[in-house]
Amino acid sequence: MTSLLRHQAYEEERLQRVAEKLPCRETQAGTLLSLMGQPQQYSYPSIFIYGHRASGKSHVMQVLLKELELPHATVSCVECVSVALLFEQLLLSFFGCDAASLLPRSPSLSDFVRIYRQQCSQSPAKQTRYIVMEKAELLRDTDANLLPALLRLQELVEDNVTIILLSEIVWDKFRPNTGCFEPLLLHFPDYSKGELQQILSQDKHPSYSAEFYSSYINILLGVFYSVCRDLRELRHLAALNFSKFCEPLADGKVKETDTHKLWRNIEPHLKKAMQTVYLREVSSLQWEQMQQTEEKETGTVRGLSAHTHVELPYYSKFLLIAAYLASYNPARTDKRFFLKHHGKIRKTNFLKKNEKTSNHLLGPKPFPLDRLLAIFYSVVDNRVAPTASIFSQISSLVTLQLLTQVSHDDQLDAPKYKCAVSMDFMCAISRTVSFDIVKYLYDFL
Amino acid sequence: MSTSSVSKGCFVFKPSAKKKKTPSLEDYFLHGCDAAEHRETRFKLCQELWDQIKADTEVLQDELNRKILDSLLDFTRKCSFTRQHSDWAAQMRASEIPTAALVLGVNVPDHDMTFQSLSDLLQQSVSPHVASVQAKECGALKHLMKRVLERLMGTAVTVDDDEEEEEAEHANTPLHKSVHCSLSTLCDWYNAKTKKSSSDTPGKKRSSPVREDPQQPPVVIIFKDLEAFNPRVLQDFILICSRYIQRLPLMFIFGIATSPSTIQRILPHSVSSLLCIELFQSLSCTQHLATVIDKLILTPHFPFKLNGKVMQVLVSIFLYHDFSVRNFIKGVQLALLEHFHSQPLSVLCCKKKEALLNVMQLSQSDLERIRQLPSFERYVEKQEPQEQLNLSTDDTHLKVVCQKLVKELRKYHKNYYPILRCLHTLTTSLPRYPLGKQIRELHITCLEKNVWEYEEYQSAMKLLKMLAKDELIALLQRCVEILQPVKSKKMKNAWVQLEELLAKLKQLDTVVAEAPPCVEESLTSPVKNLGKKTDLFQLQKTLLEMNETRRAKKLSPFEVLRNEALEFIDGLVKTHLATPESQTLNEVCYYSSSATVRRHLNATPRTSIQAALNSPYYYLQNNSLITEDGSVSNAAPDICVVYKLHLECGRLINLYDWLEAYSTVVSAAEGNNPDSDSFGKVDEVKHARFIRAVSELEFLGFIKSTKQKTDHVARLTWGGC
Repeated sequence: MTSLLRHQAYEEERLQRVAEKLPCRETQAGTLLSLMGQPQQYSYPSIFIYGHRASGKSHVMQVLLKELELPHATVSCVECVSVALLFEQLLLSFFGCDAASLLPRSPSLSDFVRIYRQQCSQSPAKQTRYIVMEKAELLRDTDANLLPALLRLQELVEDNVTIILLSEIVWDKFRPNTGCFEPLLLHFPDYSKGELQQILSQDKHPSYSAEFYSSYINILLGVFYSVCRDLRELRHLAALNFSKFCEPLADGKVKETDTHKLWRNIEPHLKKAMQTVYLREVSSLQWEQMQQTEEKETGTVRGLSAHTHVELPYYSKFLLIAAYLASYNPARTDKRFFLKHHGKIRKTNFLKKNEKTSNHLLGPKPFPLDRLLAIFYSVVDNRVAPTASIFSQISSLVTLQLLTQVSHDDQLDAPKYKCAVSMDFMCAISRTVSFDIVKYLYDFL
Repeated sequence: MSTSSVSKGCFVFKPSAKKKKTPSLEDYFLHGCDAAEHRETRFKLCQELWDQIKADTEVLQDELNRKILDSLLDFTRKCSFTRQHSDWAAQMRASEIPTAALVLGVNVPDHDMTFQSLSDLLQQSVSPHVASVQAKECGALKHLMKRVLERLMGTAVTVDDDEEEEEAEHANTPLHKSVHCSLSTLCDWYNAKTKKSSSDTPGKKRSSPVREDPQQPPVVIIFKDLEAFNPRVLQDFILICSRYIQRLPLMFIFGIATSPSTIQRILPHSVSSLLCIELFQSLSCTQHLATVIDKLILTPHFPFKLNGKVMQVLVSIFLYHDFSVRNFIKGVQLALLEHFHSQPLSVLCCKKKEALLNVMQLSQSDLERIRQLPSFERYVEKQEPQEQLNLSTDDTHLKVVCQKLVKELRKYHKNYYPILRCLHTLTTSLPRYPLGKQIRELHITCLEKNVWEYEEYQSAMKLLKMLAKDELIALLQRCVEILQPVKSKKMKNAWVQLEELLAKLKQLDTVVAEAPPCVEESLTSPVKNLGKKTDLFQLQKTLLEMNETRRAKKLSPFEVLRNEALEFIDGLVKTHLATPESQTLNEVCYYSSSATVRRHLNATPRTSIQAALNSPYYYLQNNSLITEDGSVSNAAPDICVVYKLHLECGRLINLYDWLEAYSTVVSAAEGNNPDSDSFGKVDEVKHARFIRAVSELEFLGFIKSTKQKTDHVARLTWGGC
């Protein structure tokens, strides 16, 4: 196993420690080590590592850099709200806070390069400096020159520095139009089921044997592997459900080795966990409480998505109904639905659908404010004065995200909206005001 | 103002702060008050009443929120507690950020108050580090970050004094540049803070017993309106926070207006898996309103009352438009102000002692006003001729009578509300709620007309007469409970009587067993007659008779008692639930101008624009603009003329024709000779005026340019003329 991690620059013992901390990632770690070369040598300017969530990218980098005591800076791109923050963090971790304070108020890239060079002439790198950037995909949203410049930072600052980008998406999605220096690509594949088993089994409960825990992980993976391969999530779920698994053991009903009985006990429980706590319908805290209380009472805790009922003022309900009708009915059919004497439009003629697909499959369509109000006035059973509060209700529906404004905020003239609620929600709302919405929908005619 | 500048241009004059004297609330009130006398008294009374109402509602609000806030506080404590103890499971678990999803309902204006008390409570009992943010101030992640840091570190610096001052200070002296605006700064600050406080003053900390762990109080961030937040910003923020959760005990509170499923809509699984979300549901706003009405309106404590129409307007604004209790209270405030402002006799609308004093200080003109009150006129008509003369001439006598009447009005209110509650208790148990489900509905009915004149009341009474014994006893028991605490002679009497009835009803069980059925023999006689041969008419008659006798005879002791009880209740209703309008001097306490309230609270901008265009004299107060037939005079402002002309057109308006018509009308207004050549000719000035008027109409949204036809504009409104 350790044969993969062999490098003349580092002591055997240290590499051994690294290898222990990186189960199932020896190949990748070995490749990285050989890429990095000896500490004082120049390394390749930029390395791009990609792989799914929780496939060990950051972990491998952390362990390697920490254990081998290499100078490095780790930055998460999501945290760097501005480039200034990014530059500051880099300078801070390489040269201390004096250097960081040299940055002007809103620094440009060249400011950073200037200060870096200035500092590095005072304290040149004896070993390769590494910059690890997590969630590098966010770099695409920053200034166009930032990513290409970072990729060849080594040339720009004339220092022994290597940049390592970590991302969940492939390099092809990064490549800027103008072209750039191509980094070395390194892929971290997903853990296989066996590997997951091996890794998860490592963190065993102190009061139980390793085999027992391993068999628990086996059962857990059997249930969850088909829906979730995220190591982090799996570990979380394992921790949440382990006490339940141990329950018959504590009662003295079953022995540690009797895996079949244990499986029978835990399996329905895990299935339930998959529907609730894994989807965050029920919080982990509540889940733990549910386990402590008796099985029968658990029905009382309802998931987040179970609460869909929304109480609305009377006219808001009708505004929402009008918006729904305007979104899902073609405008030309309004005459048919909302005019008392709509002339001789024959139903068969009328029903000739030029497009076969139902409007509900196509999703809501935008409509102007005038149409919304026209439908609203014909839908509400009593006369409503066009008061200011009717209009303010429209905007409050927008803030509640029940309607969405399609046109730009600045457009005061004839704003356009879309209805953003589902059919079920709408039916529930219209039932409370005893309005038969299905009768007014073109799709259900 | 003038400048010494020679050049032409715009000059900005900033008002000098010293010179400007802002008129106080009192000045506003006093200015334009109808009657000069007692203005100050009225203002003082109004102010006092409002202060009392405000204080009461705040207490009420706190009480209502207490339950949910308590559970929320429990949650925060539990979270900060579980964070500290470290067993195997705690280590293994992904460290989630504890999050409380607080579902508050769609009445967004009310939320501010709730959040205010929530953050106050949190600061008192859980953690000094509380920051609340709103969506509109956090458009980007940068801003959100900045707000959070500002509020946390700002409030922490100054624990005792107010926040605003601190913020202003921040704006002036940039203590920390925006460059440092990251969570790691916050972490450092937090560490320094907790270390300092734990080493500095351990004695002080121990004095507050609620705080279990002074070393690690959580950092609470409240998102007031989750729906309005940009999902992207929120996701990023949560991602960042989750990186620091080990070093910084963060905690979120989401304020949700619609339903908890919005969380799942806004946050993808990868983000929501970082949160440990627990749900908290607040009281529904209709219940909230019910308690507010119960405590504010249905009580004799406040001398100020709303009449039925005003109540109706306020309640319908609540139900139809906004669901906002705060706006409802604002409406009450408006009515209060208007009442004291416009009704000179409102000096009498106060506590009993004061009112009696104020009666004696009424001026000549005030007394005259009293004599003109419709309710007082009605009262006078009922009196003896001599008394009538006295009342209309003798001022001191009138004052004495007024004192009596004020006392009577007070008594009326004291009795009205308990009886109203009794009636409501009785009728809400009936099927289909003949008199309304909510007490406010019954109250409004009572305010409008004598309640016993309604058909619904009769049917409710009929239904009540069909109640079973145990139901009736339970209802009467509740009525007794309502009447018991009332301190009024009549109510005490009523209470005693009702108690007696109730006792009789309860004893019935024992009595019934002894009383033998003695109705049998009388019932048999008509049946015997039936055996004889009779014609149809006879038969019908006998059957009817039989029916009558059966109904009359069949009354069991319970039914007798039941009828007695209900008649007693009916009597109470008839004596005490008469409409306030029938009471003398009710104008003093009751505010009745529902139109004013509606106009102020539920404005109709479009209607007023149309009214202004149709009848400019109404707004310009210029009599020369009035015309007999209601049409617009020639001399009206250009836009009115143009508007009037456009009403005569169809969907598309030819601009040239319009201009011609306009110029004819305006020429007539200028008094040009209709036969002269220049009459109706378009000159440059008229052209310019026309263009301006048309563009004003376009701005107001009556027309818009169209590409369908050249030189035409499209009309956007219909009807109106």
